[in-house]
Amino acid sequence: MDRHPSDQIGDIKRKKSYLMKWTLALLGLLMHLSAFAEVNMADKMRSEGRIYVVIAVMLTILGGIIMYLVRLDKKISQAEKQNNQK
Amino acid sequence: MHQVWWKAAAILLLTYTITAGLLGPVPQLPLLQETIRNLYFHVCMWFGMMILFTVSVVQAIRYLRNMDRRHDLASRHFAGVGMLYGILGYATGAIWAAYTWADPNVPFVESFSTIARDPKLIGAAVSLLVYFAYLVLRDSIPDVDKRARISAVYNIFAYAILFPAIWILPRVLESLHPGQDGNPALDVKNDISASMRMVFYPAVVGWTLLGVWIATLRIRLEILKEKNLTS
Repeated sequence: MDRHPSDQIGDIKRKKSYLMKWTLALLGLLMHLSAFAEVNMADKMRSEGRIYVVIAVMLTILGGIIMYLVRLDKKISQAEKQNNQK
Repeated sequence: MHQVWWKAAAILLLTYTITAGLLGPVPQLPLLQETIRNLYFHVCMWFGMMILFTVSVVQAIRYLRNMDRRHDLASRHFAGVGMLYGILGYATGAIWAAYTWADPNVPFVESFSTIARDPKLIGAAVSLLVYFAYLVLRDSIPDVDKRARISAVYNIFAYAILFPAIWILPRVLESLHPGQDGNPALDVKNDISASMRMVFYPAVVGWTLLGVWIATLRIRLEILKEKNLTS
């Protein structure tokens, strides 16, 4: 299929930015490599025990929301039953 | 309780999402580091929004075919919860960007304008505003049947604008939004790693089921209120 000339320019631009992004990513990675041994993930600090605090907090919040929803659901079911009995 | 099985599934899936999401292995990317785990929350919000809006438009079409007001109610409330998810998705995206892609050397106000020009953000804002207008439209028409008919038609157009605004234009334009130009593990269609996929797909289902739960509660409540008014 004939590619419109402007498509090719777009292609070149896309390829250029793709190349640029990869170069930047690689540079970033290399810079990090020179400073630390690896990508600065949270492995050391968090995985020691603090990550579990984060999980506990999030699960507590989720639990609170779920309990509220369950309560609401039961209330509505009750009201529906009453309504059907009328 | 009404229809327990999928609600229990939602609770289990969300618990799994939080636990495995924070503990599971993720690819180690230079700029994002651990924040890539936000995929299970931020991206799930948008996926959930799309699914809820799809349900909403299907109900709108069903209303137009049957004139059954329950479909109209369902359409409205699924759109409402979808909007909630959209706003949450926006907020989580802003938080994520503030810690990763925003340039820490530039004061916040300036980097904000760089980020806010991103096509996907503008597209998402436009789509959410269109749905806000849907709610305003509903409230502005006093007659119940007219309201249902007109808003159902509007819902279809509002749904249609989601696709060019959020999905098509951001991909076509030179978008800064991560995930559109081959950023691995964020391009969920192709490059997301297998370890992330294991948490991501259940997370989508879990968050969507939660949204469905909230929407059905609101629908049931409104049906109850109407019955009490008329009885």
